[in-house]
Amino acid sequence: MRFLPLILRNSWRNRRRTLLTIASIGVSMCLLGVMIAMYSAFWLAKPKDNQALRLVVRNRVSLAVFLPIAYRQQIERIPGVRLAMVDTWFGGQYKDAREARNNFPRFSVEPEKLFPLFAEWTIPEDQKQAFIQERTACVIGRDLANAFNFHLGDRIPIQGDIFPGNFEFTVRGIFEAPANSDVMYFNKEYIAQAMPERRRGEVDTFYVLIDDPQHSAAIADAIDAQFRNSTSPTKTESEQAFVIGFLSMLGNVRMFLVWISAAVMFTILLVSANTMAMSVRERVREVGVLKTLGFTEGTILGLILGEAVAISVAGGAIGYLISTVLLKGVERSPMGGFLPALRVFDPLIAAVCILLAGLIGLVSSLVPAMGASRAPIVEALRSTD
Amino acid sequence: MAIPLSYNLRNLVVRRTTTLMTALGIALTVAVLLAVLALVNGLRVTLATSGDPRHVLVTRKGASSELTSLVTRSQFQDLKFKPGIASGGDGQPLASLELISIISLEAEGSGTGDNVTIRGLMPAGIVMRHNVRIIAGRWFRQGVNEAVVGKSLSDQYPAARIGKKLRMGRADWEIVGVMDAGRGAQQSEIWGDLNQVSADWNRIQYLSSALVEAPDAATAKALVNSIADDTRLDVGAELETDYFARQTQFAEPIEYTGIFVAIIMAIGSSFAAMNTMYAAVARRAREIGTLRVLGFSKLSILTSFWVESVLLAGMGGVIGCLLVLLVNGRTTSIGANFSQLTFAFHVTPLSMVAGVVFAIALGSVGGLFPAAAAARKEILSALREI
Repeated sequence: MRFLPLILRNSWRNRRRTLLTIASIGVSMCLLGVMIAMYSAFWLAKPKDNQALRLVVRNRVSLAVFLPIAYRQQIERIPGVRLAMVDTWFGGQYKDAREARNNFPRFSVEPEKLFPLFAEWTIPEDQKQAFIQERTACVIGRDLANAFNFHLGDRIPIQGDIFPGNFEFTVRGIFEAPANSDVMYFNKEYIAQAMPERRRGEVDTFYVLIDDPQHSAAIADAIDAQFRNSTSPTKTESEQAFVIGFLSMLGNVRMFLVWISAAVMFTILLVSANTMAMSVRERVREVGVLKTLGFTEGTILGLILGEAVAISVAGGAIGYLISTVLLKGVERSPMGGFLPALRVFDPLIAAVCILLAGLIGLVSSLVPAMGASRAPIVEALRSTD
Repeated sequence: MAIPLSYNLRNLVVRRTTTLMTALGIALTVAVLLAVLALVNGLRVTLATSGDPRHVLVTRKGASSELTSLVTRSQFQDLKFKPGIASGGDGQPLASLELISIISLEAEGSGTGDNVTIRGLMPAGIVMRHNVRIIAGRWFRQGVNEAVVGKSLSDQYPAARIGKKLRMGRADWEIVGVMDAGRGAQQSEIWGDLNQVSADWNRIQYLSSALVEAPDAATAKALVNSIADDTRLDVGAELETDYFARQTQFAEPIEYTGIFVAIIMAIGSSFAAMNTMYAAVARRAREIGTLRVLGFSKLSILTSFWVESVLLAGMGGVIGCLLVLLVNGRTTSIGANFSQLTFAFHVTPLSMVAGVVFAIALGSVGGLFPAAAAARKEILSALREI
């Protein structure tokens, strides 16, 4: 610690190089920061309080195969289940389906249960009541309203495909959600009316609200056990797992993240190693002088390693800060609705990023630092490089 | 007069560690870019070989995919006898009504399920797919719950091998054969008899799409128009090749993410290249002075250092191309239309050229400032520097 001022002054000597190195590491580190945050949100993070209380029940075969609506009562009777809501992917077509933005997700649900289930969403009470009372009403997320400039009272025509028919929904509520809310919900009764008798009870998924996150796994098992020997066995997962399963359809996200992170880390390693090799080479004579003054090999090793760590930690910190801005963008992007609880500022991820940067700095400077600290005094002093 | 190129080459060789490290950094950037391009390209190749220019795909008007399309049996009865549809060996029109849905299969070693396309089709549907052939077992029989799986599915999923039983809509299906479709998308599908599949899915009247064949590619276009303009039919139609070309949009999120990542990495690498070149300029101050004394102009100095940076980056680009060859041909899968589509990374010479150009662009930006700094050095002070 005594040598900290010396380390800092050393690293500040060739300002341009240090700044370029910090910038280079910072830019790469910001990518790594985003990847780490996404990875941890997917596979490591605990779901947010409300999300941990939600389970999703679907047909074991696939999402495209329906469950009978009668399952709802049976699910609600299982201890620990507070309510079960029908949530069916409606599909359908709004204007020209070939334009990607027109394919926003649409679900038919039970209006009185939607907001108790997604307690983190906010909507004015009168709008909520209007949605519950009017059969042809729909509620939309703030992001969807902004994207299409929808207002209360507007009518949204949707042509059904999985559920054939021409439907027109009146916007009776616009809700605010912490994540992307490019989504539309309407009353399942309105759809059922237009269906032939035998198709009225078709349900895609049940969203289940439970009383205690601790019991999540046990309740999921109890639900699946209930229907194991029926004609339509179920698969029940936490909402978080369900969302990840949905996202994994986009390709092997996990492998994608890991490989790119590895490439980025290796690039940082190269950049940092290169800088340290250059700065050590310039200072061989200085190392000779330091040794003459009585500095030990260990101290010199520490000085050089410390310099590398200081530079890469600075780059790591800057990179992390940039990554939080990027993450904010990711969260508001259309993909954001699929992502699990993404925490924009997470001290743990910040610590991981900065530690990782420090570690990379340390590893990258090991070879030049050892070389310099071991050089015999006479040779070091003779060096003219 | 220009400074000979060999001066730059020999400089790069003398400082080989630095050269190599900088070039490797650039190489990784290029490799990431090329890997993403190869992925998207592989998907394009698969989709391009999946369609037949004689085929016309009939869907609900405006449907974006077969999965969200809807064609009824009565629509199909009218469609089948439209003029312009070729006849098969039995004299019947080459037209197949099809139902598309998805089931969840568990991959080897993973606990999660992937969605896989199941297609119920008529006998004509098999006849029309000239690129698909059975490589093991046999075709499914009509009127029985039997299925045939694409080769890449049976390679990937233990539950989809010959002799296994698959649970679909409500019943169990026996897998009796494996089909090969070369690079086609059918490689990742499960096929069964239309009547059985639609009964199992409880969609006897409402099916997904219809495929019809024109005698040749030239008349196919006319067939598309005549079907799409038929107000009584009220369906949409397009060439099968156009339909598959449209499906490449599912790679867009990956393509954009990959390019974004590559650009950010490129910014990082160009800073690193700048660093290396500044160090090169600093260490060769005396050389620069000497060159100036010998009569080389400021411009030749600038060009020379700039060329050196471009050479360095170009080398990185070439290494990047070599690195990406490691993934060439590897298979991967991507979700398109809510189901898995398996294909192989496909590196093209064109994308490799693009990669090298990208690297050179990066190197020329990174090399400009150091080269300018070199050119600006005063002769005397440069000679005096050690």
